[in-house]
Amino acid sequence: MAVVDTFEVLYPGILTTVQDLGRPGFARYGVAPSGALDDFALRVANLLAGNPEDAAALETAVMGLRLKALRDVVVAVTGANLKPMRGREPLTMWCSHRIRAGEVIAFSGPAGGMRSYVAVCGGIEVPPVLGSRSTNLSSGFGGVAGRALCKGDILRRTVVENELRFAGRAFEPAWIPEYPSRWRLRVVWGPQDDQFAEDGRQAFVAGIFSVSPDSDRTGIRLKGPVVARQPGLPESIISEGVIAGAIQVPGDGQPIIILGETATGGYRKIATVISADLPLLGQIMPGDEVGFEAVSLDEAVQALREMEDKIAKFKRSLK
Amino acid sequence: MTPLYRTMGDRSLLVELGEEISPTTNGQVQNLLQRLEAAAISGIRELAPGYRSLLVTYNPLVISPAELQSRITVVAGDTCLFSAPAAKLVTVPVVYGGAGGPDLETVAAHLQIGAEEVVRLHTGTAYRVYMIGFMPGYPYMGELPAALAMPRRRTPRTRVPKGSVGIAQRQTGIYPVDSPGGWQIIGWTPIELFDPHRQPPSLLDMGDTVKFEAIRPEEVDTWRS
Repeated sequence: MAVVDTFEVLYPGILTTVQDLGRPGFARYGVAPSGALDDFALRVANLLAGNPEDAAALETAVMGLRLKALRDVVVAVTGANLKPMRGREPLTMWCSHRIRAGEVIAFSGPAGGMRSYVAVCGGIEVPPVLGSRSTNLSSGFGGVAGRALCKGDILRRTVVENELRFAGRAFEPAWIPEYPSRWRLRVVWGPQDDQFAEDGRQAFVAGIFSVSPDSDRTGIRLKGPVVARQPGLPESIISEGVIAGAIQVPGDGQPIIILGETATGGYRKIATVISADLPLLGQIMPGDEVGFEAVSLDEAVQALREMEDKIAKFKRSLK
Repeated sequence: MTPLYRTMGDRSLLVELGEEISPTTNGQVQNLLQRLEAAAISGIRELAPGYRSLLVTYNPLVISPAELQSRITVVAGDTCLFSAPAAKLVTVPVVYGGAGGPDLETVAAHLQIGAEEVVRLHTGTAYRVYMIGFMPGYPYMGELPAALAMPRRRTPRTRVPKGSVGIAQRQTGIYPVDSPGGWQIIGWTPIELFDPHRQPPSLLDMGDTVKFEAIRPEEVDTWRS
């Protein structure tokens, strides 16, 4: 299959990376999964653009990036509303479009959510590393040379036969997630909730936390009421494996929601965000407010089933 | 001993096999890891060993959390009764002191022993790799002789070069890539600990035994491959 030059990066924005569904399977070697933080948006973008849901696409944050199409392509933009434009016209999100050679896709800033996904039919072609095209920024591999996109980068993709037939697809409007600035995240208690003081657990579910500006792809740092551990326990615990969504509480009692760039940790986790709410973590902006609601494991699994049903139904509708 | 199960959300189960850092507990973790790999339970996505626990990540739409827990209990059986043998012995050449080991003299002065004695103690012990973590390929190793136990640097360095060999409390480690870090750096190794294009990407795995060997700077090139 031919791989061809597809986009020129005119402006990379503050952080645009190549991401797919990540690099699971290497946590035992200290390798974080990486991958799209809002994987629901990535999967839908790919399906709209005629790709398998795990293809590599662009994740762009806050002000977005500016891309020039080097040939006719089919593109879909999902996730945060960063006000995507085709030239001077707004580009409808959660739909696939034919973009003509020479046209420019640009963004003009956040109007709900933080990270937008740009999928192109054929997928962004970079060499897979440990089974994934996702960029691991801290270790410098995957994606485009292990780094964020730069001005002048030429992005390539695999040519798909008769690809223009994928233009004009639309996601079910009722299933497009909302990205507010006040978040209610569902969590399951644990793994170490028993090591927190009762008033610490209360503070965690009753409190409103604000999102600190030093949050990044490794974690969402929260400021708010102190989530106190049991008296007499040391600040840290013996290091162990962690997953995205686990909420660790360092010695100062200010929670950090771990994202996909970490494989191990040495702080207690009071609770873990449920799988169905994980994609939302990619859309939480510094300055937003976050509250937590504890649910049962059964409710968590049911919520995941409902989310997967949406994707499955959408896939069936495309056939 | 029955494992202690801790819920990490709706897709991970943390299986705790002890409360302390010890070769016995870590051997039990390694043994459970090997048994679960062999059992190939449908729905398990990933097994990530720690010092004293195994993180089992699964698809809850394929196997329910309750069923997973009972399957693990069966597989674990009497695994807690014996330890898995160490997998391999790896010799790591180190240039101690100099530009690559800027804290060697500080450590010697703090412990009130000579620099040669620090090197003798550090190379005189076989270390168990308890787990790989913190960053790709980073081995958490122990146990350092009590005579070398040293607190971390009060001010962590913003950049510790790749290959740096450090000590902190009763642990020793090697930085696989440039990184910030607070351990006392006593030497440097030319060995590649992590290469994402290699399979497996990490030179070391949990349960391996590491011995350090002092080399002279001019011997570095012979060790690079």
